[in-house]
Amino acid sequence: MERLAPTTIATRRPPLVRIPTDWTGIVFAVLLSAAVIVPLLVVGVWAFTEVWRYPNVIPQQFGLRFWNQTLTRADVWAALTLSLQLSTVVTLLSAAICLPAAYAFARLSFPGRNVLFFSFLAGHAFPKFGLLIAIAAIFLQLNLIGTFWGVVLIQLVGTLLFMIWIPVAAFQSVDRRMEEAARDVGAGPFRVFWSITLPQAGPTIAAAVLLSFVGTFYETEGAWLIGAPGIRTMPVLMISFINNQMVIQYGAVLSVMLWVPSFIALMFARRVIGGGAFARGFGG
Amino acid sequence: MSVLKITDVSKIFAGPTVAVDNFSLEVANGELVCLLGPSGSGKSTLLRMVGGFERPTSGQMTIDGDDITQLPPERRPTGMVFQSHALWTHMNVFKNLAFGLKLRGLPQDQIRHKVEDVLELVGLAGYGARGVNQLSGGQQQRVALARSLVLEPKILLLDEPFASLDQHLRERLREEVRDIQQRLKITTLFVTHGQDEALAMADRIVVMRDGRTEQIDRPDVVYRDPQTPFVAGFIGTMNLIDGEVTKGRFTRAGLALDIPIPDGPATLAIRPEALDLEASGTGVAQVHRVTDYGTHGLVDLDLGDGTRLKAMVAHPDLFSAGQKVNLKPQAMAAYRDNARVYRS
Repeated sequence: MERLAPTTIATRRPPLVRIPTDWTGIVFAVLLSAAVIVPLLVVGVWAFTEVWRYPNVIPQQFGLRFWNQTLTRADVWAALTLSLQLSTVVTLLSAAICLPAAYAFARLSFPGRNVLFFSFLAGHAFPKFGLLIAIAAIFLQLNLIGTFWGVVLIQLVGTLLFMIWIPVAAFQSVDRRMEEAARDVGAGPFRVFWSITLPQAGPTIAAAVLLSFVGTFYETEGAWLIGAPGIRTMPVLMISFINNQMVIQYGAVLSVMLWVPSFIALMFARRVIGGGAFARGFGG
Repeated sequence: MSVLKITDVSKIFAGPTVAVDNFSLEVANGELVCLLGPSGSGKSTLLRMVGGFERPTSGQMTIDGDDITQLPPERRPTGMVFQSHALWTHMNVFKNLAFGLKLRGLPQDQIRHKVEDVLELVGLAGYGARGVNQLSGGQQQRVALARSLVLEPKILLLDEPFASLDQHLRERLREEVRDIQQRLKITTLFVTHGQDEALAMADRIVVMRDGRTEQIDRPDVVYRDPQTPFVAGFIGTMNLIDGEVTKGRFTRAGLALDIPIPDGPATLAIRPEALDLEASGTGVAQVHRVTDYGTHGLVDLDLGDGTRLKAMVAHPDLFSAGQKVNLKPQAMAAYRDNARVYRS
C-alpha cells in the first residue's frame, strides 16, 4: 500500500491579517478621556496648591495648609457623617422597596404593569427642579422641610429608576430552567429565590445598589432644597464653600474628599461585580 | 417498583391551544419510554406536566398509585434533566449535586459519599471542585444527569437532553445513559424529536402528533409496522405515494400495483430498502441521481408526474441518471383515513 507523504500544510503559517487602525475611534477615546480626566486633574492639583497665580502653568507653591484648615472644621465632619448616613439609609430603603417590586415586574403579569413600569421614568423625563419645588411645597405642609427624613424621601425618588429598571433586567435574565431545576430537587419557591434567583441576579443588583449609593451621596438639588437650612450634606457644604469663599482650595479639597467614597465603591465594583454586570443591567 | 400512569390527560393553553389531547400511558417499572414527535406535538408539555411544571387541564397522573396531579414539583418523586442542562453556574459541581441532598437534611458525610458515588457513576470522579462553566457540553450534561440521579427519583424525566450536543457526543452519551438507566433499573420518560435516539434507547416509543398518540410500540414494531401514514413518514425514510385503487389495483403516474382493498384513494408506503429496481427501457420511473455510500447505494427516482422516490440498492454502479427502471416492491403497506388497510 502506498504511504501518504507527510503533510506540510500544518506547518505553513497563515497569511497575516492586518487589522486597520481605527483613527476615528482613537480620536474619540482620547477626547472623551480628556473631557473626564482634565477637570479632575485641575481640581486635584488645586487641592494641594497654596499659591498658583496667572500666568504660571503649574502652581508656585504646593502644600497641605488648606487640607489642615478644612479637616479641622467640625461642619465638614458633620456633613460627611450625615452624607454617609443618608446614602446608607436611602439605599437600604430603596432596596427594600424596589427589589420586590422589580421581581414582580420581571416575573408577574398584572393589569397596568407596563404603565407602572414606565412611570418610573417620569421623574427623569421632566426638568427636575420644577418637580422638586412642587414636592417642597407639599413637604412644607407636612413639616418635612429641613429634616433628615424629608431628605431621605426626596433622595429615595431619585434612586427609583436605577433600583427598579436594573434589577428587573437582572431578574429577567435569570434562566427559568435553573429555577425549575431547583424546584425539581426539592426547593420551595422561597428557597429557589434565595439560593438560585438572587445569587444569579446578585452581581447586577449589586451594581444597581452601588449606583444608588453613589448617586445619593452626590445628590445636591433635593438635599439643598428640602434639607436647608438644618441638613447640610457634603455636596451642599461644598457648594456653599465655593459660593461664599473666594479661596478655590476649600472647594477643591472637599471635592477631592468626595471622590473617596465613589473611588472605593468603584474599586469594590470592579473586584466583586465585574464590568459585565453594569452592561447586563442596562440590557447589554 | 415505580410505575407511572397517565390517564386521559389534556392541556389547553390560553388561546386556546390544545397542547396535549386526552393522552394516556402506563410506563412499567424500569422501563424507558420515548416520547417522539415533531416540534409542537405536545411531548415536552406532557413531560413538564409529569415533572409538575405545568398543571393538566384535565386527567390524572399517578406514581405507584399515588396521585401526583396537583403536587408541586418539589414534592414529586421525579427527577428532570433539562435540554439546556440548567446547572447553577454560581455553584461548583459538588454544590450542584449536594443542593437537593442538603434540602433533605442529610448529614454532611453522607452527602459527600453520595455525591462522590454519583460522580463516579457518570464518569466524572474528581470533578466536584470544578466550576460548571469549566466543563464541556458533554460533561455539563453528565452533571445534570447526576444531579437528578443522586436523589434516587422514582421516575427520571429527560427533556431532549442531548439536543445541544454534537452528533458524535450525542451517540456516546445516549449509550451511557441507557447503560446507567438499565443498571439502576429506573423508570424513565424521555422526550426527543430524533428518531435515531428513540430507536436506539427506548423500550417503547410513543409517537405523538398534535398532542395525540399516533402509535405506542417497541422500536422495531414502530419501524416495521407503522400504524398510520404519519408514523410511516416520521420514522426512518419512507416512500409515501398517494394514488387511487380501482378493482384491487393501485395506480399513480404509470405505477400499477395489486392491492386487494376496496376502491378509493389510498397512500402507499414502501421503505427504500424494500424497493427493488429493474432496468427496463419502458420502465415507469426514471433515475434522477445515484449516491454511492460505500456500503450501499441510494437511487433517487422520479415517477412520470415528478413524484420523487428513493430506493436502496446493493450495487449502485448498475444504475445511472436518466435510466428507465421498473419498481418491484418486496414489502409495502397501504393507508386510508389515517389507518392501515393493507400490508404485504
